[in-house]
Amino acid sequence: MVGIVTYGSYIPRFRIKVEEIARVWGEDPEDIKNGLYIYSKSVPGPDEDTATISVESLRNAMARKKPSGVGAIYVGSESHPYAVKPTATIVAEATGFAPEITAADYEFACKAGTAAMQTVMGMVKSGMIKEGVAIGADTSQGAPGDALEYSAAAGGTAFVIGNENVIAEIKATYSITTDTPDFWRREGQDYPRHGGRFTGEPAYFRHVLDASRKMMEIMKTKPEDYTYAVFHQPNGKFPSRAAKTLGFKESQIKQGLIVPYIGNTYSGSMITGLSAILDISKPGDRILAVSFGSGAGSDAFHIEITKEIENYKKENAQSVWSQIERSKFIDYAYYAKFKRKIKMGE
Amino acid sequence: MRDVVIVGVGQTKFGEHWEKSLRALAVEAGLKAIEDAGIYSKDIEAIYGGNMSAGSTTFQDHIGPLLADFTGLAINRIPAIRIENGSASGAAAFHEGFLAVASGNYDTVLVGGVEKLTDVSMEEITEVLSGEVDREWELFNGATLASLAGLMARRYMVEYNTKREQIALMPVLSHKHGSLNPYAQFKNTIKVEDVLKSTMVADPLTMLDCAPVSDGASAVILTTMENAKKWRKDGIVKVKASSVASDYIALQSRENITRFDSTVEAARKAYKMAGLEPKDISLVEIHDAYSIFGLIALEDLGFFKKGTAGKYLEEGYGNLDSRLPINPSGGLKAKGHPVGATGVGQIVEATLQLRKEADKRQVPDPKNALTLNIGGSGGSSIVHIMEVVK
Repeated sequence: MVGIVTYGSYIPRFRIKVEEIARVWGEDPEDIKNGLYIYSKSVPGPDEDTATISVESLRNAMARKKPSGVGAIYVGSESHPYAVKPTATIVAEATGFAPEITAADYEFACKAGTAAMQTVMGMVKSGMIKEGVAIGADTSQGAPGDALEYSAAAGGTAFVIGNENVIAEIKATYSITTDTPDFWRREGQDYPRHGGRFTGEPAYFRHVLDASRKMMEIMKTKPEDYTYAVFHQPNGKFPSRAAKTLGFKESQIKQGLIVPYIGNTYSGSMITGLSAILDISKPGDRILAVSFGSGAGSDAFHIEITKEIENYKKENAQSVWSQIERSKFIDYAYYAKFKRKIKMGE
Repeated sequence: MRDVVIVGVGQTKFGEHWEKSLRALAVEAGLKAIEDAGIYSKDIEAIYGGNMSAGSTTFQDHIGPLLADFTGLAINRIPAIRIENGSASGAAAFHEGFLAVASGNYDTVLVGGVEKLTDVSMEEITEVLSGEVDREWELFNGATLASLAGLMARRYMVEYNTKREQIALMPVLSHKHGSLNPYAQFKNTIKVEDVLKSTMVADPLTMLDCAPVSDGASAVILTTMENAKKWRKDGIVKVKASSVASDYIALQSRENITRFDSTVEAARKAYKMAGLEPKDISLVEIHDAYSIFGLIALEDLGFFKKGTAGKYLEEGYGNLDSRLPINPSGGLKAKGHPVGATGVGQIVEATLQLRKEADKRQVPDPKNALTLNIGGSGGSSIVHIMEVVK
């Protein structure tokens, strides 16, 4: 039985409201809120990056249950602090798993974290390792004035995946991958570019809907068979529409829909929604979790909660929703400072 | 001049065709038209293709031969010519095809229109499409086509004491009809308040006053009456008039910016050629690239007195069962505006209506139909009148 042994998330406490960004660029905040279904987004503090967010997430997971045999750490992100030099080594050292461990960084836009989960699942299943860590974390970039600036946020989630004492069994995973250039950032560029409306139908919806339908076909399930569903959340509109198209009700997606308050945490997005669902899950609950990464692909997971969750010490770390509530709103000037958008002297 | 008859029509759905290229769209519409006419490719003697921006959006020029090649006609070595006339490229291509058959030079020609716009960003599209107004005198000074339409709307409101709500009735009508058209880009109905609340584009025009960016293709087969009677038992639609007129391309050169003089002139010539008056027209497809264009066009075509179109729309003119059904296809606003395909698409709709094949959006028993395709802000206007023969 391969599944989640423990999990933890980290969301920076700083937030900026849509109104504040819209004020600076002369946009109508109501248009943005109605169009994107985002009210505010998380902002990393000046000393936070993907490495610190990954470490905090894993520490939260470890506070809930101490892993007993971690043999691999994979960190998925599109904002690794270094172009060459892994984030995973920093995480391995900071959490005490180095040096007898294999580690690497992953990149697949917003689904690098779930790609890491699949890798660890395979290694655990094959017997290569007893347990492994899969992390998705980002301090994502949106060019000033671009639509992405309203959503590009920071946060992450870590899973320890193993085959003993799992609180949530990952019964199956299924992926869709195509070469779809909907969103990209070239080496050396500060901000990503995107294909506007092309990011919708042919990119997000095609992959998320296909992966979800195929997963349900494989598991012979229907939307009503799931207690919860969570989809990648580039904004509030896309996952809500995907859920409705597939036949899920609002009550099934509400717990995991965190984007309206913290924005899109990219590699951390869907999995932090999943983390929020695990925060309240009970034995027997079924979860459909589907990520999406531009470029493009989707990973779907069919997850079932085990009895082990009853003995699990969730309370040893802050829940996702309490981290969402733990917020400090900043203005655009602080935002520009924290995100290092101000050109400094030599 | 010989009688010219529309013997076959074909079109793609208008909208965002992420997985279809320029050539794939053109081939789809062209082959449907050939199939609809019940003819073989060897029967086609020439191709006229309307397209505005392939060179700028897909870097593909020389598309006449390209279309001949991919519709399987290159082997016949027939002439294949691309016509560019801004947003009126489609109707301009149709006009050339009409002249070619009417003159006796060719018996059967394929007229197509195609545009593929969604391959590039919205900023690039705005730049490319604004190329149909005066780049040096208008664009370089900050105007876009939308802002010129905004100026026209503002002046129109002042001059004729027209309410903003009356202008908004145009997209409301187009969406109502588009909701019934399986080929339309938008199938949602909208209300006046939706138009007013929508995102501002160029004051007073909002997003819902403006036609969308679309991909699509349309095609028709034109031939002689003699051939048409051989090939079709019924549904023979004759082209009664084909008329083109131009105006000063930039707004600042015009005497009056609440009027399209090119439309007035093209309509005058078309009515004369067809031997008809505005009151004789059964239905119209007009160029509502911007809501205000629709109101102005209805007046310039002679249906309503200057400044009164909004009032007539309020009274229910335009509906399918009204005295003057307007844009039964959904118009540029709801059916979509794949620029080069738009004008040919209007003629496809007119033909389907006259053949009574327009299904849920069918106008009751139309005798004839008028189409108006406008280039830019009225730099050119092209009017066609079609009539059902049997």
